[in-house]
Amino acid sequence: MMSKIVRTMASLLVLFVLIYGLYIIMHGHITPGGGFQGGAVFASGIALLIVAFGSDYLHKSLKEHHLSIMESSGALIFIGLAFGGLATVFFYNFLVGSPIFGHIPPTGSNPGDIWTAGVIPFMNLAVGLKVLAGLSAILLVMALATTIMEVEE
Amino acid sequence: MRKIAIAVSLSVFIAFLAATALLIHPFGYPPSEMDDYIIENTQSETGANNAVSAVVFDYRGFDTLGEATILFTAVTGVVMLFRRRKRG
Repeated sequence: MMSKIVRTMASLLVLFVLIYGLYIIMHGHITPGGGFQGGAVFASGIALLIVAFGSDYLHKSLKEHHLSIMESSGALIFIGLAFGGLATVFFYNFLVGSPIFGHIPPTGSNPGDIWTAGVIPFMNLAVGLKVLAGLSAILLVMALATTIMEVEE
Repeated sequence: MRKIAIAVSLSVFIAFLAATALLIHPFGYPPSEMDDYIIENTQSETGANNAVSAVVFDYRGFDTLGEATILFTAVTGVVMLFRRRKRG
């Protein structure tokens, strides 16, 4: 647990960090970034919380087995979407042209449309969920282990 | 004997590096037409403006599945290694 100045600034800044991570995940098919990068940004927000508030305080509301469930469900959604295109081939983009995320942008430079790219936004969401939960679980578990060691010493 | 073996293997390795450096294609002229295909057809085939995202999640989706598996295994290992034991 750091000083009150650090805690106040962290609780203000963490909102922007988490929203930026979700933005990178959700706009992965338009702008640079995607599931992996956005999940890493989100996990850096969790790291900020761990540094500012301490892992024991954070562990009251963020349990590692919940993060494990999130990570596993992200992996299952990803593989399920891959199997969804199995009528043609594994990992076929079966949502292009359909009413869901089915718009096709004109070839060449264009301003971008969020409602495009078929199955890619869903895969970005699944991978983003998986990465943010996985990296947050690693950070939380390691921080908890170090605090236990400090107490025992 | 051992020093001779090290010298021979190192010289072979350096010879391979030099040969690769001499035989590499010029910068900006890749050996295959795959990149031109992806740049021209990404938007009409996958609908994604971001060609990198289209490659990662659509053209090379199987590779991303492997990456996700690696991350899953890493997280499983770390969580198992740092688990809390019950006192007593």
